[in-house]
Amino acid sequence: MAAAQQAAGPPAGPAEPNHGLRVLLIWLPLALAADLVIWFVWGPHLPPGDMSSSAANQQFDIRVMSVMAAPVMLAVLVYSGYSMVTWRTRDGDEEDGPPIEGNTKVQFSWIAVTSVIVLALFVFGTVELVSTNGAGAGEGPSPIWKPGGRPLVVQVIAQQWLFTYRYPQYGGFETTDLVLPVGQDVQFNVTSLDVIHSFWAYQLGVKADANPQVNNVAYTTTEHTGGVTVRCAELCGLWHGAMFDYGQVVSVAAFQSWAHATETRMAKITRTLPRYALVYYPNEIAGLAKFYYEAGLPGAGGGFYGNQYYPNEP
Amino acid sequence: MSVLARAVTLLVAFLAVVGGIFFVVVHILLAEPPTVDFTAGHVTGQPVNMTIMADPVNDVSNHPDWVSYFVRSPRTGKWVHTTIWQLPAHTRINVTAYQFDTCDPLRNQFNGRVSGTVGNVMSVSGEADGVNGKGISVVNSDTTCGVAHTFSVPELGINVPLGGETYTGKNECTQGPCAISTAHTTTTFSFITPAPGDYRWQCFIPCGLASVDGNGHAMSTIGFMTGYLDVVS
Repeated sequence: MAAAQQAAGPPAGPAEPNHGLRVLLIWLPLALAADLVIWFVWGPHLPPGDMSSSAANQQFDIRVMSVMAAPVMLAVLVYSGYSMVTWRTRDGDEEDGPPIEGNTKVQFSWIAVTSVIVLALFVFGTVELVSTNGAGAGEGPSPIWKPGGRPLVVQVIAQQWLFTYRYPQYGGFETTDLVLPVGQDVQFNVTSLDVIHSFWAYQLGVKADANPQVNNVAYTTTEHTGGVTVRCAELCGLWHGAMFDYGQVVSVAAFQSWAHATETRMAKITRTLPRYALVYYPNEIAGLAKFYYEAGLPGAGGGFYGNQYYPNEP
Repeated sequence: MSVLARAVTLLVAFLAVVGGIFFVVVHILLAEPPTVDFTAGHVTGQPVNMTIMADPVNDVSNHPDWVSYFVRSPRTGKWVHTTIWQLPAHTRINVTAYQFDTCDPLRNQFNGRVSGTVGNVMSVSGEADGVNGKGISVVNSDTTCGVAHTFSVPELGINVPLGGETYTGKNECTQGPCAISTAHTTTTFSFITPAPGDYRWQCFIPCGLASVDGNGHAMSTIGFMTGYLDVVS
């Protein structure tokens, strides 16, 4: 009897349901709902907002990537949950699970789907980077992608621990206030006078490293008026956390009025500033101090610093 | 070794480690210079007079060759080596700054302007007091020995370039706090304190040439060339 049963194989149990279809039917409405919520409800409030072209494009990019990521994440979660419920160990069941053998169809589908997603994101990311003139990021001293026309040039000068802004098209005045006109292409020329900082104008979607002796160019186009928070995004020393200020995007008339008034108000200090340049070399000034030192005319520090703190070799 | 001896040894070792950590945290990581209080006895609406000095040396810290600030205590009249000053809110602060250090060029000449003070001006001893006695609003550190340090509170827009002492090699300050009889400049200015809060202040000149490639040493140490205004109601 036993031999006959062994020859016939194990007794046939109830037919396995179509688990793939079940998982699909659970996943599909959840993924659809999640995508709709992300796109229409959450999307318009995603950072960094839509104050500028680069900010709006970044918001759009995050929406697209979220819409693509949510179904993948839900597929993992739904499949995990379904597995735990359906194939959990039941009381008294001490058998080993069935051996796992390769499934070419599943493997091929997984590789194909993930490849399509990654390649699509690569193409999408490249297009978004090129079509938005660098997506608000620093493009280095020789930007590849530039807006047409004549942008407003604002030089961002970082120094431990303060940002100042120079407007070369308005007499080269320098100020601690970042003010921009709405509806205007803006070219930020970002540099530093000491260590590496990072100019991060959050609501504008602009973020560019400020490197000493380097002009890092970033573009954006202002689209709405409002306040802008500027922060240093590169750990730069004791007061890095306090290196922030607030800028404004205002109407064109208000900007013109501010710019001309500030040019006049700052005229006296502007006359003492170095000529506008893409980068500055403050250590050359220190070289002058070195000359003082060698001539026995110590600079600040009263000569008590000694040779161990020689200029340019601090 | 008995169980008791091992337990005691373990306990002692544990307490030694905890004690060491406590010492490092309290005495090194959380250590900060004292606060000089200008609010005690202050009458609302009356100005506060504050006297500070920037010295090339000090004899009161473990960094005697670092540039640093002293402030005169309103209670004792003695100089205190600290950069944390407690001030009443919405009050005019009349500052007298003695500066014993020699000059250096600013990294950014923009910080040669006077701003955030009453009238956006300051007065410096021994110099023409600006146009028509209205006070000085700009100092060019590249062409004159005009600046040794700055007193700057970026959040409040305050920036005051403190005049540099012309080096002669005679009568220089060699002990801090410096004696008023040694060579120095005197800068006076006033500012209005804002609402209560902590406002950091710093110097924008690479003090002592030790910081040409970034602020280090005295420039990055509270109690020397940076600190904060503790504004209280």
